[in-house]
Amino acid sequence: MAQNTKTRSNQNNERIALIQKQRKRTQVQNTMLAASGILGFILIWQIAAVSGLVNSRYIAKPLEIVNLFIVKLTDPNPDGAVLGVNVMSSLAVSLSGFGLAVLIGVPLGLFMGWYRGFDSFMRPIFEIIRPIPPVSWIPLTIVWLGIGLKAKAIIVFFAAFVPCLINSYTGIKQTSEVLINVAKTCGASNFTIFRKVGIPSAMTLTFAGIKVAIGNAWATLVAAEMLAASSGLGYMILMGRQFGRVDLVILGIVVIGAIGLVISKLIDMLENKVLGWKKL
Amino acid sequence: MPMDKKKVKLRLENISQSYVVNNEVRDAVSNVSIDVYDNEFLVILGPGHCGKSVLLNIIGGLEKPVEGNKYIDGVKFTGSDKRIGMVFQRLALMPWKTVMGNVEFGPRLAGVDKATRRKIAQKYIDLVGLKGFEKAYPHQLSGGMKQRVGIARAYANSPEILLMDEPFGQLDAQTRIVMEEEIQRIWQQEKRTIIFVTNNIEEAVYLGDRIILLSKCPARVKQIYEINLPRPRNTMDPEFLRIRREVSENTDLAL
Ligand SMILES: Nc1ncnc2c1ncn2[C@@H]1O[C@H](COP(=O)(O)OP(=O)(O)O)[C@@H](O)[C@H]1O
Ligand SMILES: [Mg+2]
Repeated sequence: MAQNTKTRSNQNNERIALIQKQRKRTQVQNTMLAASGILGFILIWQIAAVSGLVNSRYIAKPLEIVNLFIVKLTDPNPDGAVLGVNVMSSLAVSLSGFGLAVLIGVPLGLFMGWYRGFDSFMRPIFEIIRPIPPVSWIPLTIVWLGIGLKAKAIIVFFAAFVPCLINSYTGIKQTSEVLINVAKTCGASNFTIFRKVGIPSAMTLTFAGIKVAIGNAWATLVAAEMLAASSGLGYMILMGRQFGRVDLVILGIVVIGAIGLVISKLIDMLENKVLGWKKL
Repeated sequence: MPMDKKKVKLRLENISQSYVVNNEVRDAVSNVSIDVYDNEFLVILGPGHCGKSVLLNIIGGLEKPVEGNKYIDGVKFTGSDKRIGMVFQRLALMPWKTVMGNVEFGPRLAGVDKATRRKIAQKYIDLVGLKGFEKAYPHQLSGGMKQRVGIARAYANSPEILLMDEPFGQLDAQTRIVMEEEIQRIWQQEKRTIIFVTNNIEEAVYLGDRIILLSKCPARVKQIYEINLPRPRNTMDPEFLRIRREVSENTDLAL
């Protein structure tokens, strides 16, 4: 009997190893496809720029962007700050706004989804805030807080807060009735069930919300920096336009894209850690 | 030994439940009184939507009856109770927890320290035949294995009474037969008072010390059968078939 179950669990492990191997293979394939996609895109871009298909006033060659990238690492001209400073300034704004949105939006959504009374209390306020486009807060925050970090962080906050709240709210609402009953029969209090059953059940959608939120935060950041800033990637793009420097504009866009990618990969990693049970 | 000499573990007294649906009162359970004996395997048999789950949820304290009383060992109680555990029909495992995590859930909530609750959980994981699968997640398990986890989890709370609401209703016929044998073996190894709900006559006659036959909605006690066949029962045995026929003639199992 013991022997039997041992071989059974061994077989199980072998099976899991095989599946993981196959999964790794598809992962490698996917990465290669993605890399060749990017290379192809850059190639077409280069051809379009070199062949004169597109007026060189409107487009810069990929290599020029790489050059400018290196130059901008140390040269504050023409927008007044080196690339690193712009990146840090943008990150500071977006991460503080986004972080605040997650820190407030997610728990608020979870509590509203679980406690009906709290939901009734909060809902009207939320329903009023929800449809307001985040950028329409910009003039008000300039009046209140000037054009510093705080003002922009608040705009980013509004953009990221809504998806955080809605998704964790919906997620916890979908908690299985049976699982709640399981916890009840174990003698759990409502708050314990909220923590042990509700929150884990809500995690999948919560992460979906956080991903939407980071996208929103990043997008809104650029808009905010174009209107109210003295540094940052959005500001750099704006200056590029004013000085007629298409290469600077494109560099800004590329850097924004690259950082966005890195951040969403980081969130994916965190998600894998929390929702790792779904894989395997 | 005649049943009425046995100790009454759980007593249900005039339990009734009704709901208001579309401004109409709809009775789901009507005036049910049952005595459940200590360590008995009691089967509650009734057609679909007759109020079996409602009755079981009332016993387990998941809902409050509009009328009636519940007693354990002669002492009245209300709501849920640590002495009553439940095995559910489906989707009852936490997908984010391993087999071990699911089984030790109850003791963990009760504040049992890690070493002790691991030992308890391991005992029941072994009992239900899942040794070697402690680290597996529910979605890696078959339907039968998931139900085994559900049974182990209910046992891990060390209840005196176990409620099982059509635990094998979602399984295919083959697995169901295996699980019927298994639940019998488990119960014989670790005696508890079991109240097992089903709409399957053969399952009822195979498992029950007694069968409480319920009527169509609202649920009323229609008939009580005592089954004294030795275990494990042979479903081809003439006496088994006779009882089975007798029960089915009396049942309105319009499914
Ligand atoms: N919370 C509720 N509100 C209204 N009707 C209910 C509720 N719970 C159960 N019912 C009704 O009671 C009847 C019995 O349900 P149930 O006990 O689930 O049947 P089953 O015997 O199949 O387990 C059904 O008609 C069901 O619709
Ligand atoms: Mg039912």
